[in-house]
Amino acid sequence: MFEAVLLTVITAATPLLIAAVGELVVERSGVLNLGVEGMMIMGAVIGFAVANQTGSGSLGVIAAIAAGMAMSALFAVLVLFLVANQVATGLALTILGIGLSGMIGEAFIGVPGLDLQQLYIPVLSEIPFIGPVFFQQDALVYLSFILVAVVAYGLFRTRIGLVLRAVGDNHGSAHALGYSVVRVRFAAILFGGACAGLAGAYLSLAYTPQWVENMTAGRGWIALALVVFASWLPLRVVIGAYLFGAVSVLNLHAQALEFDIPSQLLSSLPYLATILVLVLISANRRLTLVNTPACLGKPFVPDR
Amino acid sequence: MRLELVKRKEHSQAMALLSPLIAVSLTALFAAIIFSVTGHNPLVGLYKFFIEPLTQQWSLEATIDKATPLILIGCGLAVCYLSNNWNIGAEGQFVVGALFGSGLPVLFPGFENAATLPLMLLFGAIGGALWALIPALLKTRFNTNEILTSLMLVYVAGLLLDYLVRGPWRDPGGYNFPESRIFSDAATLPEVFGGMMSLAAPITIGIAIILAVVLAKTLKGFEIRVMGESPRAGSFAGFSAKGLTLFSFALAGALAGLAGTMEVSGALNQLLPSISPGYGFTAIIVAFLGRLNPIGIIIAGFVLALSYIGGEGVQSAMGVSNEIASVIQGLLLFFVLACDTLILYRIRMVTKHAKSGEASHV
Amino acid sequence: MVNKAACTGEEVAETGSPDHDGGPPTRRSDRETLLNASGLTKRFGDILANDRVDLVLNKGEIHALLGENGAGKSTLVKMFYGSLDPDGGDISWNGRPVSINNPAAARELGIGMVFQHFSLFEALTVVENIALALPNPGNMQDLAKRIETVSRDYGLPLSPADIVADLPVGIRQRIEIVRCLLQEPQLIIMDEPTSVLTPQEADQLFVTLQRLAKEGCAVLYISHRLEEVKRICHHATILRHGKVVRECDPTKETAASLASMMVGADVASVSSGEGEAQVGQTRLTLQKLNAPAATPFATALNGISLDLKAGEVVAIAGVAGNGQGELFDAISGEMRVAADMVLLDGAPCGNRSITWRRKQNAAFVPEERLGHGAVPGMKLSQNIVLTRHSTGDKLVGGGFVSNAGASNLEQRIKKAFDVRMSHDDPEARSLSGGNLQKFVVGRELDRQPGILVVNQPTCGVDAGAAALIRQALIDLARSGSAVLVISQDLDEIFEIADRIAVISRGFLSAAEPAAQMTRERVGLLMAGGAETQGEVA
Repeated sequence: MFEAVLLTVITAATPLLIAAVGELVVERSGVLNLGVEGMMIMGAVIGFAVANQTGSGSLGVIAAIAAGMAMSALFAVLVLFLVANQVATGLALTILGIGLSGMIGEAFIGVPGLDLQQLYIPVLSEIPFIGPVFFQQDALVYLSFILVAVVAYGLFRTRIGLVLRAVGDNHGSAHALGYSVVRVRFAAILFGGACAGLAGAYLSLAYTPQWVENMTAGRGWIALALVVFASWLPLRVVIGAYLFGAVSVLNLHAQALEFDIPSQLLSSLPYLATILVLVLISANRRLTLVNTPACLGKPFVPDR
Repeated sequence: MRLELVKRKEHSQAMALLSPLIAVSLTALFAAIIFSVTGHNPLVGLYKFFIEPLTQQWSLEATIDKATPLILIGCGLAVCYLSNNWNIGAEGQFVVGALFGSGLPVLFPGFENAATLPLMLLFGAIGGALWALIPALLKTRFNTNEILTSLMLVYVAGLLLDYLVRGPWRDPGGYNFPESRIFSDAATLPEVFGGMMSLAAPITIGIAIILAVVLAKTLKGFEIRVMGESPRAGSFAGFSAKGLTLFSFALAGALAGLAGTMEVSGALNQLLPSISPGYGFTAIIVAFLGRLNPIGIIIAGFVLALSYIGGEGVQSAMGVSNEIASVIQGLLLFFVLACDTLILYRIRMVTKHAKSGEASHV
Repeated sequence: MVNKAACTGEEVAETGSPDHDGGPPTRRSDRETLLNASGLTKRFGDILANDRVDLVLNKGEIHALLGENGAGKSTLVKMFYGSLDPDGGDISWNGRPVSINNPAAARELGIGMVFQHFSLFEALTVVENIALALPNPGNMQDLAKRIETVSRDYGLPLSPADIVADLPVGIRQRIEIVRCLLQEPQLIIMDEPTSVLTPQEADQLFVTLQRLAKEGCAVLYISHRLEEVKRICHHATILRHGKVVRECDPTKETAASLASMMVGADVASVSSGEGEAQVGQTRLTLQKLNAPAATPFATALNGISLDLKAGEVVAIAGVAGNGQGELFDAISGEMRVAADMVLLDGAPCGNRSITWRRKQNAAFVPEERLGHGAVPGMKLSQNIVLTRHSTGDKLVGGGFVSNAGASNLEQRIKKAFDVRMSHDDPEARSLSGGNLQKFVVGRELDRQPGILVVNQPTCGVDAGAAALIRQALIDLARSGSAVLVISQDLDEIFEIADRIAVISRGFLSAAEPAAQMTRERVGLLMAGGAETQGEVA
C-alpha cells in the first residue's frame, strides 16, 4: 500500500517539479512569467498529438518542449521588447494556451495514448520496495532530478548562473557593466518555456496517457506557488513538489479507503494547501525579501 | 538597422484611443489567417464571427446577455488593476456570489415577495465581496501574492458549487440530476424593453457610468489612480495601500458576485454544476481592451461577447472548433498589451552609423 | 555658498591633507597622452547631450570633469566606458584609434569606472560582484585571496565573503574601486565619488587616487565639490550645455571662478538675513524616537531626540543610508511610531496620519521627486491634489476634485517658483530635475506651512534652482516657520542652517549652533560620533 502511494506521489510531483524549476530560472533573471499554465497545456496537447501521429514518445516530448518554448518566446517578445506588463502578458499566455490547446486537441479527445518507455535499471529494480520506487520510473522522473541538480549547480557554481542572478538582482547595474539584460532574460524565459512544455508532455504521455481538455487543472499555477514556497532555491522546489504531489493524490487514496469526505473537498486540497503555504512563507518577510530577486517583474528599458 | 523603443516625455492621448482599435484590427487579421490555415474562407469566417451576430435579433439579444456579466465584472477588475491589485479570481467570486444569491430561492423557496430579488442581489454582492476579501486580507495581513491566492480560490469555488448542486442543494424533485430547483418568478430577474434584454443590462450600464464618474472626478478615483501608478506617492498623499487593496477587491468581488446572481437568476434560473463559460477570465481581457475605463469597458464587453456568439456561429456554419473563440480572445489580449506600449513609447528605426576608427578590440 | 566653501577648505587642509604626504601634485605637463577624444557627439532625440567634445587625458593625471547637472558629463564618460555609442567623433587610446563598443571592451583596454550610484548587486557577495566585472575571474577562492591582498595593499580592506546588502556605502564604494584595480587599469573614471563619503573617508580616497596617479594611472574625476577639485586635480575640463567651454588648471582658480565657468554666470549667493535667527517656540519635537528596521535593507532609528523651533533652520547632516529616509517617514507619518515620539506644537502625533499632520500646518518634501513627491505620469495640477487635498485649499468638495482649483494653484506655483515647462500643465515626468524640485518644494511653500521638513532639497539640481530653493527655505524660516532640512551636502548645510545635527546609523547627535560647528567635527560625527553621543544621551 505505502509503496503504491509513493509511486503515485512521484508521478504527481514530477510535472510540478519540472515546471517549477523552469519558472525558478525565469524568476531568478527578474521576469515573472505567469503563463506557466498556458505553456504547460500546450506542451501537453502538442506532445500528445505528435506522439500519437508518429508513434514515438520521444518525438512527442521534443515537440512539447518546442511548443513550450514557442509560447514563451511570444511572452518574451512582449515583455522584453515591448515592455508590456508581465502579469497581464502572463495571463494572456495562459488564456491563449488554453484556447489553442482546446482547438488542437479536439481531434484527440478519447484517443488512447501511448506510454513512455519505462527506464528500468537492471538488478537494482529487482530490490523489493526500493526497486520499484527508485529504479522503475519512467525516464522523465530521472530527468526531473537531473534537471534540478543541473539548475542548482548552474545557478550557484557557474558564471552563467552568476550573470543570471546578477541580472535578476539589479538590471541597471548589469547593464552598466555591459551585460545584455534582454538577452539573458530571453534565454531564461525560453528555458522556462521548455520546462513547462516538458511538464505538460509528462501529463499527457505519462501521468494520464491521454488528452483531456484543461488537463493541467491549475498545475501551472501551483508550480508558480512552489517557486515562492522554495524561496527561489532549486533544492527546496523538490520538497515542495513532493509535498504537493502527496496532497494531490490524497483524493485518489482516500476514496479507496472509503472515508466519508466529499470528493470535492479532497479535490480542493491542493489549492487550499497552496494558499496555506503561500501564507506561511510570505508571512516571514525577512525570508522572502532576502531571497526574492530584487528586479522581479520590473520592466527594463536601457537608456541609449 | 533595428527597431528600438524611445520613451515619450508624456503619455500619448492619441495612442490611448487608437491602441485598442489597432489591437482589434490585428486580431481580426490573425483570425483570418487561422481560418485560412484551417481550410476555411477567411472573409466568410470573419463575417460570421464578428458581423453576423449583430444582424439578427436573437443573436443581438444573446450578445447583450453575454456582454452584461463581462462588463460588470470588467468594471470591478479595472478598479483592481488601476490600483495595482492583481485580482484574477473573478470567476470564483462570480460563482460564490451566485451561490449566496441563490441561497434564498434554493433554501427558502416559499419566500416569494417583492423583497426576494433585491435581497438575492444584495446577498450575491456580499458573497462575491467576501470571497474576494480572502486574497485581499491575506495580501494585507501576510503579504501573500494575491494573484496566486485569488486564482486558487477559483478552483475551490468551482468545487464548492459542484458539491452543493450534487449534494445538499440538489433539486429534490429533479430525478437526481445535478441541478438546484428552478427559481420562482419572484426570484427571477425580469426582462425589460419588450423582452429584448434582462434587467441585468440596464443595471450594469448604470453601474458602469457611476463608476466612470467616480474614477474620473472624485478623490477616491484619484486615490485609485495614484496608488496604481506610484504607491509610494500614494502613501505620501495620505492614502492607505492596504485600505485600497481591501476596497478594490471587495468592490470587484461585489460586482462579480452581483453578475453571478443576475446570471443564475436571469439567464439560467437555477444552479448548475457549471454556471459560467469563463466570464471571470474573459472579463480580464475586457478590462484591458477597455483601457481600464468603464466606458471603454462597455464597448469592449460587447466586442468580447461577440466572440462567444461568433464562435458558436462559425462552429455551426463552418465546422470550425468553437475553441477558436478563446484563441481569438487570447490573441486579442496579446495585441492589446503590445499596442499599449505605443502609449508610452515611440518606435524608432535606427540605422547603425558607420563608426570611424578601426575596431581594435572585441 | 562659495564663500563658506572657501573658508572650510582651510579647515580641511589642517586635518592632514594628502598634499602633505605626497608633496604638491605634479601639474599637467610632460606625461604622454593616454586618451584623446575629438569631436565626440551624442544626441538623445532632440537634445544634443555632447556637442563635438574634445578631451585629452595624460597618463598619471587626475583630470577633473566639471559641469552643471545636465551639462553632459555622464554622457561623455559613458562613451569612454562603452555604455553609449557616440554619434560622431573619434577616440584614440595610447595613440591608436579605437571604438569602444561595450563596457567589456573598455575594461579590456584598461578603463575602469566607479559609478556614482554604484553598479553593485546587493544580493551577491563582494567576490561575486567583482567577478562580474572581470573577463576571466577564474577560481572564486583564488579571486577572494587576490581581493584581500589588493584591497589591503591600497588601504581599502574588504572581506570577500560579505553580502553587499549588509555593507555601508563607504565600503560599497571600495568594492567598486577594488574592482577597477584588479583589472590593472590605465584609466579610472570616478563619478561624484565623495558624495557618499564622510570628509575623513574622502581624504583616504584622495590618498589612494594620488598613489594611483603616481603609478601612472589616469583618473577622470567628476565632482561638484570644487574645493576638492582644487586640492587633488591637475587639470580640469568644463562642460556647459554639452560643449567644452574651458580648460584650466584648477589650482590656479578659486572655487568661485570655477563655479562661474560651470554656470556661465556668477552664482547668486544665498543671503541668510541679518544677524541671528529670531527663534520662537518649539514647533516639532522628537522624543526618544525609536523604530525597528522595516526591511533587511532599512536602518533602525535609535532614540532620536530633537527640538525644532519657529524661525530657525535645523539641518541634519549624514552620509546616505544612515536612516535619513526612515527619519523623514517617521516625521511625516508615512511610518507610524508611538504617539509621544513625535510632537507637533506639543501635540503627540507619532501614530497620526500624514494628512492629520498636514492639517496641523506641517509640510513635507521627500528625497525622491518622481515616484514619491510626485506621480510621474500625472499632470502637475493633479500632483498638487496629491498633497493638498485635505489642507483647506478647497480642492475637494463633496468627494469631487476641483480641477479648476488645482489649475489655479498650479499657475500660482509655476510663477512664484519659476517652474519652466514646454507647455501648460505637463506630466511631472517631463520636467527636468531642477524644475520638478522647484515644483515640489513650491507646492508646499505655497501653503506657508508652520513646519517644513525637507529631505535632500537640492540633490541633483542645477545651481540656479538650488540657490532659489535654499533662499526660499531661509525666507520661510525668517518669516517665522520652523524648517528641518536633511541633507548630504555639507556646503548646503553650512550655507543655510542655524543649527546642525548629524545622523549616523540611525543615531542623531545633539543639534549644535552652526557657528560652532566645523566640517571636521561634522565628519567625525558622521563617522560614528553621533552614535556614541546618541547612546550616551
